[in-house]
Amino acid sequence: MTDAPAIELRGISKSFGPVLANRDISMSVARGTIHGIVGENGAGKSTLMSILYGFYKADAGEIFINGTATAIPDSQAAIRAGIGMVHQHFKLVENFTVVENVILGAENGAMLRPSIARARKLLAELSEEYGLKVDPDAVIEDLSVGHQQRVEILKQLYRHADILILDEPTGVLTPAEADQLFRILERLRAEGKTILLITHKLREIMEITDTVSVMRRGEMTNTVRTADTSPAELAEMMVGRKVLLQVDKTPATPGEVVLKVSDLRVRRGGVERLKGVSLEIRRGEILGIAGVAGNGQTELLEVLGGMITASGGAVSLFGSGLDITRSAANGQSRRAMGIGHVPEDRQTEGLIMGFEAWENVAFGYHHDPKYNVGPLMDHAAIKADCVDKMARYDVRPPNPRLPARSFSGGNQQKIVVAREMDRAPDLLLVGQPTRGVDIGAIEFIHRQIIALRDQGKAILLISVELDEIMGLSDRIAVMFDGRIMGERLPDQTDQHELGLLMAGVTEGAA
Amino acid sequence: MEFLTILQILDSTVRLATPLLLACLAGLYSERAGVFDIGLEGKMLVAAFFAAAIAYTSGSVWVGLLAGVAASMVLAVLHGIASITFRGNQLISGVAINFLAAGLAVVIAQTWFAQGGRTPQLPSDARFGNIVLPGAESTIRGIAQQGPLGQVYSELISGHSILVYLALAMVPLTWWVLYRTRFGLRLRAVGENPAAVDTAGISVVGLRFAAVMIAGVLCGIAGAYLSTALSAGFVKDMSAGRGFIALAALIFAKWRPWYALSACLLFGFFDAVGNRYQNIQLGEFVVPVQFMQALPYILVVIVLAGLVGKAIPPRAGGEPYVKER
Amino acid sequence: MDRMPKWADVVLIPLISVVLAFMVSGLVVAIIGESPLRAMQIMLRGAFGSAYGWGYTLYYATNFIFTGLAVAVAFHARLFNIGGEGQAALGGLGVAVILLAVDWPHWSLALAAAMGFAMLFSAAWAAVPAYLQARRGSHIVITTIMFNYIASALLVYLLVNVFRVEGSMAPESASFAATTHLPNAADFAGGLGFRGSTPLNISIFLALIACVLVWLLIWRTRLGYEIRSFGHSETAAVYAGINPTRIIMITMLISGALAGMMAVNVVMGEAERLVLDFVEGAGFVGIAVALMGRSHPVGVVLAALLFGALYQGGAELQFEMPAISREMIVVIQALVILFTGALDNMVRMPVQSIFLSLKRRRDNAARPNPAE
Repeated sequence: MTDAPAIELRGISKSFGPVLANRDISMSVARGTIHGIVGENGAGKSTLMSILYGFYKADAGEIFINGTATAIPDSQAAIRAGIGMVHQHFKLVENFTVVENVILGAENGAMLRPSIARARKLLAELSEEYGLKVDPDAVIEDLSVGHQQRVEILKQLYRHADILILDEPTGVLTPAEADQLFRILERLRAEGKTILLITHKLREIMEITDTVSVMRRGEMTNTVRTADTSPAELAEMMVGRKVLLQVDKTPATPGEVVLKVSDLRVRRGGVERLKGVSLEIRRGEILGIAGVAGNGQTELLEVLGGMITASGGAVSLFGSGLDITRSAANGQSRRAMGIGHVPEDRQTEGLIMGFEAWENVAFGYHHDPKYNVGPLMDHAAIKADCVDKMARYDVRPPNPRLPARSFSGGNQQKIVVAREMDRAPDLLLVGQPTRGVDIGAIEFIHRQIIALRDQGKAILLISVELDEIMGLSDRIAVMFDGRIMGERLPDQTDQHELGLLMAGVTEGAA
Repeated sequence: MEFLTILQILDSTVRLATPLLLACLAGLYSERAGVFDIGLEGKMLVAAFFAAAIAYTSGSVWVGLLAGVAASMVLAVLHGIASITFRGNQLISGVAINFLAAGLAVVIAQTWFAQGGRTPQLPSDARFGNIVLPGAESTIRGIAQQGPLGQVYSELISGHSILVYLALAMVPLTWWVLYRTRFGLRLRAVGENPAAVDTAGISVVGLRFAAVMIAGVLCGIAGAYLSTALSAGFVKDMSAGRGFIALAALIFAKWRPWYALSACLLFGFFDAVGNRYQNIQLGEFVVPVQFMQALPYILVVIVLAGLVGKAIPPRAGGEPYVKER
Repeated sequence: MDRMPKWADVVLIPLISVVLAFMVSGLVVAIIGESPLRAMQIMLRGAFGSAYGWGYTLYYATNFIFTGLAVAVAFHARLFNIGGEGQAALGGLGVAVILLAVDWPHWSLALAAAMGFAMLFSAAWAAVPAYLQARRGSHIVITTIMFNYIASALLVYLLVNVFRVEGSMAPESASFAATTHLPNAADFAGGLGFRGSTPLNISIFLALIACVLVWLLIWRTRLGYEIRSFGHSETAAVYAGINPTRIIMITMLISGALAGMMAVNVVMGEAERLVLDFVEGAGFVGIAVALMGRSHPVGVVLAALLFGALYQGGAELQFEMPAISREMIVVIQALVILFTGALDNMVRMPVQSIFLSLKRRRDNAARPNPAE
């Protein structure tokens, strides 16, 4: 064993067409440490890791593993070099068993049975060694997300990985599961493994890493010891200027009740996803829903937005009942009732990526008389409206004839926001308003949401970013497993308390 | 109905099920790897032509078989290039291949033999003969004089071409490959989640091409069987929708080898009954022969409608694999 | 940032694909030992060299416009309707039923009724796969293929057992009454040299009207907007309050009805009775036509004309070059589907990179782009 760094990158550059994703990146990570990489969406973190894992070939630069120059033309080479990667979206075959997934690509010989027998034995040892308990014969789709992630880690250890790359590993985990993961990572570090942790959550960086590198616009701007920095400093390095982590807003002055939800239930795929949710939102109020992704927030948003139907409960708008047994797609328009909806995923829901911007401006509102002349659509009117909205919502470039996919994430989101908020709906449903959006656009969108509240509108905000929920909401409700675990006021709670609620731990038990 | 008549229908069932089975297993490999193949029909047809044409000119049925398999594999490669390499639409590629085969076979047949798009009748030594198993009778009279067990042996089990036995042997072999070998594990994985295979350092393109090529070989044998064993020469459109019935059988079998055998035997049985009886009297009711011919298709629609169990195809089926960042 | 100008996407790429398809076809002809150039000459002369040729070319093109539009409309909702063949067959059945059942006083009334029944029958035939796709998730490509075979069996049964004229062996219906015969090109364009025997009839105007209506539907109406939205993204459509079941059903009914209209041209306009296999693959040609025409009515008309010429020219070719079978058309059709459909990326990728490097050179020449 030498003292050479486990990983050393020298001058890595990579471009996709005209876009420079990585520019002259150099980095060095010592063996047996946890190194964090932070940066905004699109800063080039994933590209850099994909290069290290052989998914992409760098245009220029060198990679040294344990002091030896190593070419990594494909994933096979990365695996041979002792690099393992746990992707954000797990790469597991859902209807295979744990052991089948673990041996896939690392079988011994052409016959399956000896491979499986050997893997079973090794898995038992590895589980013991690192505290990664998983039933080898369980089928992946029957496992919880946390356990699926363990399978991914086991897969890498089975391949004798000494360097583990984890890409946004906690996005789908509860705080408790994330804690367990961190304990596992610490044990791996104690065994001499080197870990690269990619995340945009500064709290995690502070909690677990030894050193941290910051990426911005394809460049690696800083590398510091975690002990020597602070979240505020890291945020500033990520964005390149001072960032107000707090949003300026006046206290809310709630008025009459706009939305009242009682005992709302939704079944999907045979599973009850909403198990009796009740809540109220008043005029001039933002209700934030905190929770780990997949605990029913999506269903809540979709049933209120009319995308899916409820199996029980009642919803009323200004005191009159809303038909939740028929979806809006089956005849009733939530939009006509004054409900705006910024969906969680703009690319698969909010926009038609192949449509031009002006066509997207009418999306969902295409029955509006002002967009139509008799039986035909009035293209000129829609285009004029699009030009107007682009100017007022600062969409760049302001060209209505450009397809939606040609805009950056932030500008795409601004098109959606302009469409849904410009009509000043009485109730606005907002899901993940700033996911994959650059900081400048985040501030703009946050200001729009608060401005709408100040006009006396009711807003339901759903986000997996706890900071966003705490910064914007006037009241916070925490969802876990299809239920509201409790409501808090933002200035009377903290991340720790919310985190416990998000994990399903109520006061009595805690 | 006489016992021997039943045996004869079953015997004919096996003969007619054989090309279905080979094509069905071909589709199984391809679709299990995530590549839809509605070009089974075309691959069979082009193989039927080349097998007959080359068997006729060379005088050797084995050379013919090789030529048929080679022709089918050329189309398989084309399907691979279009749908794997260039990530084109697998269904459109399949449609194109079916027409290409239907057109080319006749065009070349006309050029080579000038008999209106067919090959000349094959002499018996340019065809696959029937194998008489030891101790079996081969003449109609001989069989008629045997006891029931002997009749089953001689009529149903013995007296088929070698390709029939080969097709039947392919069923356990396919099962074994799929569930007991490394290749099978990877093949099933690439049809379910190619990203898992890719990140494990295995070539998605390589695996899918391998599957498509195996499909080419099996369709080639199926086609050769049509023109050099089931009949004696190639005629226009002789595959007559069998590729689609095989596809139907594959869905009916929910992409599993043993069930594929049952489905193909069932559809072969319909065919055999339809060939033997024009209309079937069921009490007051007359079942027209056209109904028997349409029955496999109707059954598949019923299966797809989910009225008898749900047919869930491999999850990545039909989708070209694009690496994501 | 756009990868290439729109005209390259809409005109240049299909054009290159078609040229490639024809070059490979020419290669096949050359391998057979005939001259591709002479073959093309014969085909062009056969298709366009006389009023007789024009009559057949446009008659075939009429069929292909209908079946091409049928496939194109479904493509806009990202539905692949391979069932045009069976739907057209059922359309023919509808035409025969109503023309034989009623004593029609005048062809115009008969035409209206025949159109109605053709569209009714063929849309109904498309409705079952559509419903199964919308409600049960049954793959529409497979079900429409199955329905082609079921339709074919059904038609054989009906022609043999129900429609066949007593004493006749031919599986075909009785001829329709003379009052139902449509005006043909000799009647409305006799001055151009069309004879009474030409198959070209007024259905071609119906086809052109259908093109205009389809264009209006897809690009100017709310329904068309919803169809296109659904075709791009089903989840987005649901988000926007568009009902997927409704879109799938309506789109397939329209698609089926268009395929069925082809029977008006053939069964009513030309054969004047229901014959076996009258569709003759036109339903499948529709796939090639829609792909080549980029699912746009103008493209469909041009592609239909090309295939009409191929079908008519191919007949002449077989006459003058007996070594080349008429199935050469099927080969060309297959290659067009292959190159414009399945191998689209093979043509697209190099063209894209050419435009990209051209753009980069232009950008470098100008000042750096502030949008980046």
